[in-house]
Amino acid sequence: MSAQTQIAPAPIAPTVGRPRRSRRRRLTRTAWNLVGILVLVVLAFPVFWMISTAFKPDDQINSLTPTWFSLHPTLAHFGDAVHRPFFWDDVKNSLIIVGVTVALSMALAFLAAVALAKFRFTGQKLFIVLMIGIQMLPQAGLIIPLFVVLRRYGQVNTLTGVIFTYMTFVLPFSVWTLRGFLLGIPRELEEAAMVDGSSRLGAFVKILLPLVAPGLVATSIFAFITSWNEYIFARILLNDGAKQTATVWLSYFTGTSRHTDWGGLMAGSTLIAIPVIVFFLLVQRKIAFGLTAGAVKA
Amino acid sequence: MAQIELEHLTKVFQGGTLAVEDVNLRVEDGEFMVLVGPSGCGKSTLLRMIAGLEEVTDGHIRVGGRDVTDLAPRRRDVAMVFQSYALYPHMSVRQNIGYGLKVRKTPKAETKRRVEEVAGLLGLDELLDRRPAQLSGGQRQRVAMGRAIVREPQAFLMDEPLSNLDAKLRVGVRASLAQLHARLGVTTVYVTHDQTEAMTLGQRVAVMRDGRILQVDQPQTLYLQPVDLFVAAFIGTPAMNLVEARIDGDDAVFGQFRVPLDPRRRPPRDARSVVLGMRPESFEDSAFAPPEIPRIESEIEVLEELGSDVHVFFHVDAPRIGTEALVEASEDDATLLVEEKALFNARVDPRTKAEIGSRLRLALDPHRFHFFDPKTGKSLLAASPAPEPEPEVVLTT
Ligand SMILES: Nc1ncnc2c1ncn2[C@@H]1O[C@H](COP(=O)(O)OP(=O)(O)O)[C@@H](O)[C@H]1O
Ligand SMILES: [Mg+2]
Repeated sequence: MSAQTQIAPAPIAPTVGRPRRSRRRRLTRTAWNLVGILVLVVLAFPVFWMISTAFKPDDQINSLTPTWFSLHPTLAHFGDAVHRPFFWDDVKNSLIIVGVTVALSMALAFLAAVALAKFRFTGQKLFIVLMIGIQMLPQAGLIIPLFVVLRRYGQVNTLTGVIFTYMTFVLPFSVWTLRGFLLGIPRELEEAAMVDGSSRLGAFVKILLPLVAPGLVATSIFAFITSWNEYIFARILLNDGAKQTATVWLSYFTGTSRHTDWGGLMAGSTLIAIPVIVFFLLVQRKIAFGLTAGAVKA
Repeated sequence: MAQIELEHLTKVFQGGTLAVEDVNLRVEDGEFMVLVGPSGCGKSTLLRMIAGLEEVTDGHIRVGGRDVTDLAPRRRDVAMVFQSYALYPHMSVRQNIGYGLKVRKTPKAETKRRVEEVAGLLGLDELLDRRPAQLSGGQRQRVAMGRAIVREPQAFLMDEPLSNLDAKLRVGVRASLAQLHARLGVTTVYVTHDQTEAMTLGQRVAVMRDGRILQVDQPQTLYLQPVDLFVAAFIGTPAMNLVEARIDGDDAVFGQFRVPLDPRRRPPRDARSVVLGMRPESFEDSAFAPPEIPRIESEIEVLEELGSDVHVFFHVDAPRIGTEALVEASEDDATLLVEEKALFNARVDPRTKAEIGSRLRLALDPHRFHFFDPKTGKSLLAASPAPEPEPEVVLTT
């Protein structure tokens, strides 16, 4: 995401007439560009290092003189990672959990957000406050109570339990964000649709839904990344090797022995980052369009 | 097509705002009815109740004889044009216009034919594949109209459809709206706060204030026989001159002036103090008026030459009629100087020799006086409508 850190737009035409000012402006712009590049480097370096390490042979990884990238790249670490026990099982679990969490949250969050943004009801304010307030509770404090509750309903060590848990923090955020998007859509649009012949639900689906698409995309990216990268809850709720998630699987690379398989770990990390990137690339195109432009005057 | 009947229609919003109060109105089949009034008087609320977008607190709405009071908007078979146009931004012009047909499951081929027909009518043929964002204000307005027309509904409801256009465009679109109505003959309820728009478009005009309808009449009748002070002040530009006056026998006395009354048009004998109303065209430069009309003389404060007319302004030694609501009503009535005395506006013949600062003799036609009760604001003439002046009175817009 940080790949597009473009801070100052390129000048369209050189400013004439006030050389002093334009020189100062150019200087400011250069300074900001440098800052931008610096931030980009800081953000991108770990990613670069992870990928480059994944391709390095073991002796280069463990060598005391670090190299930028290997001249003899190897795929061996990827082979190791993929063949470690439960890799495919756990990736599959992660995909199921994330897929269901995202789909379910988006559907529920859209409806809840419509209710909050387009209707007035008693307890509306309280509901909104609670939704934000609950998000401020520290997650660590929720682990044990959640575990107890889920065990009572036999949801420990099941994917559904994890999905429930993830939705407890994905949903409030999504509802909140979508509500903001919906508030930006003029009420007249659905009213026009209703006079034109739509039912209320029809107007929501045919008019509101397409218009909040950018909001849905933004929130679904958040939901995807949060639940894909989630570790603590998955680690505690799932204790069966074949039932764990990719992040938990990854954690077994470290800390289990004196020797850490850095190459494998980096290869595994790279592989696990791929779905997030693919998902983002698939949906990000939608964010760019300001779809409400032109609905009402100016 | 159908008539629209409103019976004792009332709307109280949550929180207690009484937006529409006991409105009774019958819009005839094919009629162009304009609801006009200052902003906040409940016009939109009334229109939205007819559309079904606002719940009715009390009363009934009938469209074409069918009681639609509790029906969903889509079951009422009316089309609405919103002030903001409310075009669907994610759809092309073609989809926007065709939306109503599509959700009503009209066959594709017929939808296409009707959309293109309407687009032709409104000159939108070239724009069918554009998105609303790629259209100018006037084009958006036409798309909003097209979306209403294509459905061939029982009635059009329009809420200030021209107010987002710039002044020049507005006049053009206003004319084509009138043409369109003449051509399609669909019952129309049109809301505006602009009395000029109301007077030029409406076959009948309903003047609203504080949620009530004060008077429903043809534009000329509203102009000539306003039932109360508010209608008198609201309708007509420049506005009617209003002043407190005393009835002294057969004379009206206001400020420094004393004018004999026309026996055929005078307030009841028992009325002592009244609010006297005079339209600017009830005055004339003495040099160009018949000799039998009474004269007054005054010093010209301001003089506006408009080519066809000249407007002269002069002070009357009487307090302004200080009804805030009236001042608010005519939004172009923006006086910079706070004046204690009433400033009168008289329209005179362009050949006048009047100059600022000079004194001018003005003929003032008592046959065109309006009298209002200073307490209730009701017209003191309404009871016995006097014969109106002949068509020499032309609407100034
Ligand atoms: N949804 C609403 N809730 C509460 N009061 C409202 C609502 N809509 C309008 N009102 C009030 O009702 C009155 C009439 O409003 P409206 O019909 O919009 O006036 P107009 O269209 O003539 O300017 C106003 O006082 C306004 O504040
Ligand atoms: Mg309004």
